[in-house]
Amino acid sequence: MRIGVVIFPDSNSDVDSLNALAVAGVEPVRLWHESPDLSGVSAVILPGGFSYGDYLRAGVIARFSPVMRGVSAFAAEGGYVLGICNGFQVLAEARLVPGALLRNRSLRFAGRLVNIKPERLDSPFTRAATGAPLRVPVAHGEGCYYADEATLDELEANGQVLFRYVREDGAPALDPDEPANPNGSLRAIAGVCNAAGNVAGLMPHPERMSEAILGRDDGMQLIRSLVESAAAWDAAQRPAPKAKAEARP
Amino acid sequence: MSEFRYAVNVLPKPGILDPQGRAVELSLPHLNVTNVSRVRVGRRVELTVTAASEAEARGVVEGLAGELLSNPLIEAYAVEVLEATSSVKQP
Repeated sequence: MRIGVVIFPDSNSDVDSLNALAVAGVEPVRLWHESPDLSGVSAVILPGGFSYGDYLRAGVIARFSPVMRGVSAFAAEGGYVLGICNGFQVLAEARLVPGALLRNRSLRFAGRLVNIKPERLDSPFTRAATGAPLRVPVAHGEGCYYADEATLDELEANGQVLFRYVREDGAPALDPDEPANPNGSLRAIAGVCNAAGNVAGLMPHPERMSEAILGRDDGMQLIRSLVESAAAWDAAQRPAPKAKAEARP
Repeated sequence: MSEFRYAVNVLPKPGILDPQGRAVELSLPHLNVTNVSRVRVGRRVELTVTAASEAEARGVVEGLAGELLSNPLIEAYAVEVLEATSSVKQP
């Protein structure tokens, strides 16, 4: 199975994402931003970085690149798309996931390890997670999750909040000024998905914590979740030969 | 065809946390300024549209302002008509 990683100008976590996919046992495919052709991959990662220098607003210029036409069409068909860090910002600007990422409340770049907790384990992006908090790095200047109160309530009700920043004891870091919440995100939201559940974004970097040699492999739980979901999607795209045979008179 | 020059002024919407505005405000005591408040920091984009009419040019700039230059979830914009040259002197 093949999973694509989009490369925008100034993507910088593309190689980490490609590596994490290889470690997870799938064939990683580089997808260049200038082509809307996704080469028949079974899922897509929009990686971290500073696409187009973060000019204007983080992610907005990448949103209008040709590859995003392909990504939008793929998402509309139900294909799984995961945006990590800058990839999350691109998805939010493209309105493929709800909300916006504001400048960090501290105005400081946040580059350190944080704890996040999957809110649910039955989503395509968390199905291989244990449910325990994951220790993963953040590296961003614009990661303060924002949506208006009504939208936040709706996201909670629909189960679209996938990850929250948590304290050492696992409690959500709801105070936007507490250190466990690295950017001031409302309701400690670190990651969300769309209403259909097949497009998700998160600010932390699971791909940078996906092998023991990197110190920990917590992030691999999320990479494996994507791989499992992609495999299921892939299988659903091809009619099962057995079912076909039975359908014959 | 004529050229029409505009500025699009983008500001964080009321109620949206503006940490840059807050940082500017926090610096004011260092200047012994005590009568300035509600500082908001935004962005100004100047551009020229080549179009057959002012109405057509205005349509283009409004479309860009809402789709690219601002994010309507968090920012509000106002379009300003400029003279043929920039309102800010180029270096």
